[in-house]
Amino acid sequence: MIEQEKLIAICPGATFAENSQWPTMLISNTDWRALAEQLKNNSEFNFDYLFCVTALDAKTHLTMIYHLESTTSRNILVVKAKIENRMNAEIPTVCDLWRTAEFHEREAFDLMGVKFLNHPDLRRLFLTDDWVGFPLRKDYDDPINMIKL
Amino acid sequence: MDVNPQDPKTTFPGEVHPAPGGGILVSKLDDVINWARSNSLWPLVFGTSCCAIEMMSTASAKYDWSRFGFEVARASPRQADVIIIAGTIVNKMAPVLKRLYDQMPDPKYVVAMGACATSGGPFFYNTYSVVKGADHVIPVDVYVAGCPPRPEALLHALIALQAKVKAGY
Repeated sequence: MIEQEKLIAICPGATFAENSQWPTMLISNTDWRALAEQLKNNSEFNFDYLFCVTALDAKTHLTMIYHLESTTSRNILVVKAKIENRMNAEIPTVCDLWRTAEFHEREAFDLMGVKFLNHPDLRRLFLTDDWVGFPLRKDYDDPINMIKL
Repeated sequence: MDVNPQDPKTTFPGEVHPAPGGGILVSKLDDVINWARSNSLWPLVFGTSCCAIEMMSTASAKYDWSRFGFEVARASPRQADVIIIAGTIVNKMAPVLKRLYDQMPDPKYVVAMGACATSGGPFFYNTYSVVKGADHVIPVDVYVAGCPPRPEALLHALIALQAKVKAGY
């Protein structure tokens, strides 16, 4: 187990979720980049494996969820970064730390419209290049293709 | 058109009139051609989701669609007679499906396998990406209900298709 004090030391604004499967850290999107660098490069944590990237639409805000694992200690940590600004959702990229994030972030951009700052190749992945809007957002509407229930 | 799949003309279409030294076969050439066609329908290798697993099961030993002449699955539309739409068709796939269908030589037949290919199925409501039925893209001869349909259901559909072909459709 990773001690919460160590995590708070590198990210003072963080809180922790109770009763979750894995230790879960709740942060703001502005804290993510500095925290990610520490988690990856600090030998105390050594989270060298990013095994899941999720974008979540909570209606009032968006959340990016990162599942990290250390292949040496086998610790798992979940980081939930809250993005307050829905209209212009931005979070720094981590694809230079974990290469796998490059495509995961493209997918999150494609379907949820999260802009990843400094991402080298942020374009649509599954949808056509001329697509308008982000279809997995809760407020997405497409009166031509969608039949509402 | 009306097709009774319970009564497919499985026997050779025609009558044998005994004659000295053998027999004389009386038939119609159209019927003979349709009979031959229906017993050698080559499907296209095409599957877009879980229905394809059931289709593969239908092809394999337990259900063995080669009993009905379907065993020569072709990887090229130019050599295929029937396309089994085994799975969801999304907007991005629709032009590909149309193109495959266009590349198949006549006569060609289409089986819409499962709820997605029939109507969009579980993706009918609140989806931005799914075509609500493959018949929006290409004409369909036989629809199979199920999600996914069992191999028996697909075999039944293929036998129904054979009956349709034999009836001169």
